[in-house]
Amino acid sequence: MTMPASKAADRTLAAPVNAAPRGGSQPDPTPVLEARGLVKTFGRVIGLAGVDLVLNAGEVLGIIGDNGAGKSTLIKCLTGALQPDRGEILLEGKPVSFKSPTDSRLAGIETVYQTLAVAPALDIASNMFLGREIRMRGPLGLVFRKLDTRGMRSQAREQLKKLGITTVQDITQRLETLSGGQRQAVAVARAAAFGSKVIILDEPTAALGVRESGQVLELIRELRRQGLPVILISHNMPHVFGVADRVHIQRLGRCVGVVTPATTTMEDAVAIMTGAKQLQPQAP
Amino acid sequence: MTDVPALLSPEQQLEQLIPRPTPLDHVQRQLHSHPAIGPFLVLVLSGIVFGFLNARFIAAENISLMLQQVAVVAALGVAQTMIILTAGIDLSIGAAMILAQLYMAQLAANNHFPGAVALLLGLVVGVVTGALNGALVTRFRLPPFIVTLGTLSIFSSVGLVYSKGQTTQASQMPGVLNWAGNPLKIGSLNLINGVAVVLGIYLVVSYMLGRTEWGRHVYAVGDDAEAARLAGIRTNRVLFSVYVFAGLIIGIAAWVSIGYTGAASPNNAVDANLQSITAVVIGGTSLFGGRGGVIGTLFGALIVVAFTSGLTLANVNGLYQPIALGILVIAAVAMDRWIRKVKA
Repeated sequence: MTMPASKAADRTLAAPVNAAPRGGSQPDPTPVLEARGLVKTFGRVIGLAGVDLVLNAGEVLGIIGDNGAGKSTLIKCLTGALQPDRGEILLEGKPVSFKSPTDSRLAGIETVYQTLAVAPALDIASNMFLGREIRMRGPLGLVFRKLDTRGMRSQAREQLKKLGITTVQDITQRLETLSGGQRQAVAVARAAAFGSKVIILDEPTAALGVRESGQVLELIRELRRQGLPVILISHNMPHVFGVADRVHIQRLGRCVGVVTPATTTMEDAVAIMTGAKQLQPQAP
Repeated sequence: MTDVPALLSPEQQLEQLIPRPTPLDHVQRQLHSHPAIGPFLVLVLSGIVFGFLNARFIAAENISLMLQQVAVVAALGVAQTMIILTAGIDLSIGAAMILAQLYMAQLAANNHFPGAVALLLGLVVGVVTGALNGALVTRFRLPPFIVTLGTLSIFSSVGLVYSKGQTTQASQMPGVLNWAGNPLKIGSLNLINGVAVVLGIYLVVSYMLGRTEWGRHVYAVGDDAEAARLAGIRTNRVLFSVYVFAGLIIGIAAWVSIGYTGAASPNNAVDANLQSITAVVIGGTSLFGGRGGVIGTLFGALIVVAFTSGLTLANVNGLYQPIALGILVIAAVAMDRWIRKVKA
């Protein structure tokens, strides 16, 4: 793409970000999800001014940025909730174009929205299979469209167990009777159950207390242990730096840097995010 | 025994501060997960009380009469329940039923269509009214209250124009259209076929709402439409299907109504829309959507009829009866608010 992207890109750290897709000589495998030069405008407001993003296999990528930095717009472009004006998205190296969130879901990208997108009056199992219900086998399912309630319940129970979610006891509880952390856990478990390639978490700890946030972060680590790449959008620096392998910093619609928590302090990241400090361009 | 709280760890002491669930909390939780329990208990209780006041209330003939009286409102209640479950409301339900019934009656009586064809075309009219409401709600994103307030006027006017205000008597109609009014004897109960038809509708719809993915989606859309959309449910398609299916049931209700009243008249059941909403609300379905079910509505419709009949048999002036029903509706909505506040 001949985009203003290059301007933003040369400011990023030399991490696999730019190296992998171009060189080909690198040992790095193709990134699971990659965005190149995404531009999205809303009238005269520039949401994204040419953003590159790379998510490698098995990593947790944090995305931080101030309000209006383009975090949500970036995520919405990746999930098909918005269509970028320019730029391309590659899933496992192949260009994809998502017209709706359903498209990205079918491609294996699951998103846990900030609002969780759960139905409070339905029970846990129903919520985990919402929009993807399983029918009974045989004529009961084919002719009478009967749901396999028992099957869905046992699968939901198994999925929670697999992720080590022990705080939820009864799978037939309605969502509204659960605490915020438990609801979040159910939403993450749903994403993990169906997201075969990428899981995107939008502000998963924003509404939670310390202990419940800790449980959600542990859940994210568990997803990584199981090899699922995760994109974590958050305002909360300690949370991002606690679980992320790399942190993508958005500022004013651009990516102003990708840092690793091991080599960059939280203070520096905040300074980059607010524009107080600029990341030194790396020698190519 | 001496007091031992000093031996407890700070955490245990804190836990003792958390109030234990009171029996009332348990009741609230039970009502929350089984919304039809409340109406069922009210029905049983009113049966006992009215039975005490006048033993004729629980005689087979009175029960037969009540079941016949309830059939049409109960059928419309199913359609209304489905729409209210999606957080909508249908004010045009009675007018749509009258339109369908005038159409099927006059096709047979004036245009000499065979009864079965007239019935089928009448059902189609019901479906078309539902589709119109559904299209306005989903395509133009108009609030159901306003849409159906408008179509209420339209349907009743079209019905009057089409029928020229004429009532068609049962004797002018073929047997098929009167079939729902034919006697049906079950044990010592003298019913009409229409009662069995309506019970059938309840069985089918409660299965569809409770056991199929379509039903699950209806609840999800009514509960939180945006969440349902993000979960991959095509919310507009679900909403539209609810209105269309409700239209079919309205058509069947029209058929049952011809059988029960022995005529198709533009003046039949003018306030059926409010009666059906009353049944739904007393039946424990939440006007905010996503909560409730058709079985509650059946109890709700029966409660209304039981109150009317019971108060009459207890020699309460008929002018006072609407007061009792009004109190019942308000109590039911207040109850719904309380139940929805259930604690985690």
